[in-house]
Amino acid sequence: MPTIIINDEKIEFKEGMNVLQACELAGIEIPRFCYHDRLSIAGNCRMCLVEMENSPKPIASCAMPATDGMKIKTNSKIVKDARHGVMEFLLINHPLDCPICDQGGECDLQDQAMYYGFDKSSYKENKRAVNNKYMGPLISTIMTRCIHCTRCVRFSTEIAGVDDLGLLGRGEKAEITTYLEKAMNSELSGNVIDLCPVGALTNKPYEFQARPWELKKTETIDVFDAVGSNIRVDSIGKKVLRVLPRINEDINEEWINDKTRFAIDGLQKQRLDKCYIKENERFQETSWKKALDRIILQINKTSSKNIMTLSGKLSDVETIFSTKMLFDNIGSNNYECRIDNVRIEPKARVSYTFNTGIARIEESDLILLIGTNPRWEASILNARIRKSYLNNNTRVALIGNKKDLTYDYEYLGNSLKILEDILNEKNDFSLLMKESKKPMIILGEAALARQDGNCVLNVCRKMCEKFSIVDKNWNGFNFLNSSISKIGALDIGFYNESFSADVQKNIDKFCSNKESVVFLLGVDEIDMDIFQNSFVVYIGHHGDRGAHRADVILPAPAYTEKDSLYVNLEGRILQAHQCHAPLGDAKEEWKIMKMLGDMLGANMKFKNLHELRELICLSNELFREINVLHKNKFSTFGISGEIIESPIVDVINNFYMTDPISRSSKTMAECTSDILKLNKDALIPND
Amino acid sequence: MSRHPGLINKTEFPQPDNFSWTEENLRKIDKIIDKYPKKRIQSAVIPILDLAQKQNGGWLSQKAIEKVAKTLSMSIIRVMEVATFYSMFNLEPVGKNFVQICRTTPCWLRGSDKLTKIAKKFTKCELGQLSEDKLFTIVEVECLGACCNAPMVQINNDYYEDLNENILLKILEDLKNNKDVKSGSQIGRINSKPLKQC
Repeated sequence: MPTIIINDEKIEFKEGMNVLQACELAGIEIPRFCYHDRLSIAGNCRMCLVEMENSPKPIASCAMPATDGMKIKTNSKIVKDARHGVMEFLLINHPLDCPICDQGGECDLQDQAMYYGFDKSSYKENKRAVNNKYMGPLISTIMTRCIHCTRCVRFSTEIAGVDDLGLLGRGEKAEITTYLEKAMNSELSGNVIDLCPVGALTNKPYEFQARPWELKKTETIDVFDAVGSNIRVDSIGKKVLRVLPRINEDINEEWINDKTRFAIDGLQKQRLDKCYIKENERFQETSWKKALDRIILQINKTSSKNIMTLSGKLSDVETIFSTKMLFDNIGSNNYECRIDNVRIEPKARVSYTFNTGIARIEESDLILLIGTNPRWEASILNARIRKSYLNNNTRVALIGNKKDLTYDYEYLGNSLKILEDILNEKNDFSLLMKESKKPMIILGEAALARQDGNCVLNVCRKMCEKFSIVDKNWNGFNFLNSSISKIGALDIGFYNESFSADVQKNIDKFCSNKESVVFLLGVDEIDMDIFQNSFVVYIGHHGDRGAHRADVILPAPAYTEKDSLYVNLEGRILQAHQCHAPLGDAKEEWKIMKMLGDMLGANMKFKNLHELRELICLSNELFREINVLHKNKFSTFGISGEIIESPIVDVINNFYMTDPISRSSKTMAECTSDILKLNKDALIPND
Repeated sequence: MSRHPGLINKTEFPQPDNFSWTEENLRKIDKIIDKYPKKRIQSAVIPILDLAQKQNGGWLSQKAIEKVAKTLSMSIIRVMEVATFYSMFNLEPVGKNFVQICRTTPCWLRGSDKLTKIAKKFTKCELGQLSEDKLFTIVEVECLGACCNAPMVQINNDYYEDLNENILLKILEDLKNNKDVKSGSQIGRINSKPLKQC
């Protein structure tokens, strides 16, 4: 291993590192603004200057490759003076508006000016002022503060894959902007706020809301898509003010999508904070006791065979498990999580998880996307595919609706028949599959939410076997799920085998013609007309479609208000933490189920969350390990049959509004009107 | 010019509705692009922008920039970055005669200030402004590399050297009246030869 001498200390480093990284290995902090380890190197802020032996002047450590035997000094007078000088230049045009700047308290420039700068300026002239730019409803700009590090430009070009931001002009006249001040057209745009080392790009909805030191910070999990991004939620009292990403190299690196970051204002709107009973077609506020009594009355009136429960998009594992326990106890197995009619096979875990793992996408050399729009269904995962495409020359092909995925792909068509052709080597793509060392199939919900879903699954399995997509060290079969509740529910067994043939039709049949009781665990994405003859209990947190149809509404906490487990699309168990107490009278779903169970005389074998988690672990050992990617054994799945020639219909029509929380969010509504509609041709598929 | 015209990406003057390449320029584009590796045709952005500017009467309209982006399959903002970086690309309409007065030290010592003054007076407009008759735009630029024949100006593609106020005035008048103007040294100097034999 090559060695470098930093401040007279020998340090071993890896080939290809730059001086800045080598200094970090030695435990020395180098101040920097433009350098970011996930972006390309720009070398334009000059803050990371260090002294190198035999060099007449200090060098930018981020842009200098470390070489064997190099001698670096980071604590000499030259370095100190260089940092003073750079700092003074950076501050020449930077306004002194820290007291009214949102970045204040967590500002790189502020911190580094304290450590490395000094208290005088020899600049007497006028400071420059720059007009603010419009960058959409999410990013607020105060461009006078910009120090031209170009992190935002590099992020949008490299990671987000949209060439929207640019540095126009030069020298003192340089300005960051989008072309003609259009909104930034990316689902990852919010990350430029985190990247900005000063307060030039800030969070628009969070503008002037709080100071960072007043916030309660809770590390938790995002639920808006099935990726399960690690996030930090900042709240004051019972209000969530902002969401920031947490680093998890296996899942989201350090990015989150805009829905995760900005849909939180929906948590304050349309909330169900009291129990309600519908009387004469009007909802009446009521107490927990009366509401539960009403439900018990109805359950006792109804045969247990006619009681059913459905789980929604955001349900956590505890909710689903305790509900299942209640239903098992009262002798009903009518529970179902597959209400979107996606024909996955609950028995083979390998058939409904993202087996390759998000991080290992980077190893793949060929990716076949089938009936999915990863950019909208899992934006973070799409960023990984793009990373692989850039760094690994991964070839990507798509069967489905044409759309801009931020990378080039080979378009095979919009018919699942093509899969059969590939399998039977009638398509040129078969050859690529054969030659590929680490191929991946990514199967979307849209490809399976059809009558012939099982056959599609079957053909994909055969492809895996034929083209050795699955072997000892590589499992290239992936199902891209879009809701965080689904895999957890399947792992627990929250499905009814007898519904499997056609879940939607069977639910329809179940509800028609007879009186039934239906529990909706935050279910809003289903045709509510089918419950005409049913008594509907809605347990959830938002007054969305499900709550409108309900006969009794029981308020439950949203994802930021409870401790819970989620299972992400890889089948990884993730633990979410409570940021603040539930709003109003809301109670955790498992407590509701416990109360109902006790009232019905059912044997609910837990008293608290800890005992409940223990029961969950006993039922499925997978839940013992948090944040671990399990290997699923490849087995037989799918039903042989003919694939129908019909186009694939995408599952998400509007990225910004997919669930009750984001539908109530004002920010997301603005995104829908500003970003989606303005840039229709770029984002909306089939256009 | 007081501020770089490229920064006004919300334009304050009428923009033409479209821009399309002439047949001749399309052929030229093919030739230019051929000079660069096939996967790196964006490298041709500067010569293609220059071509667009020439075709568009000395300046780059929004549509012209968009067209260049499309021609090279680049994003528009990347082309904008290039077009705003170089002062030789004009993002506002310029006069039929684009007069660039050199103001770097040798020319300045030999009286470029006076040239600027007389040119401003003649065209009745400030530096960077388009004259009312749309015939002239006067700008000051840094060294054009003809110091030996200072002071000098560049008008469109030609250099006019060894000037004084009267000669420049005459040139401007001739240009206004559409008369032929001789380029190069205005006092009979051949190239950059010394005037008197020592």
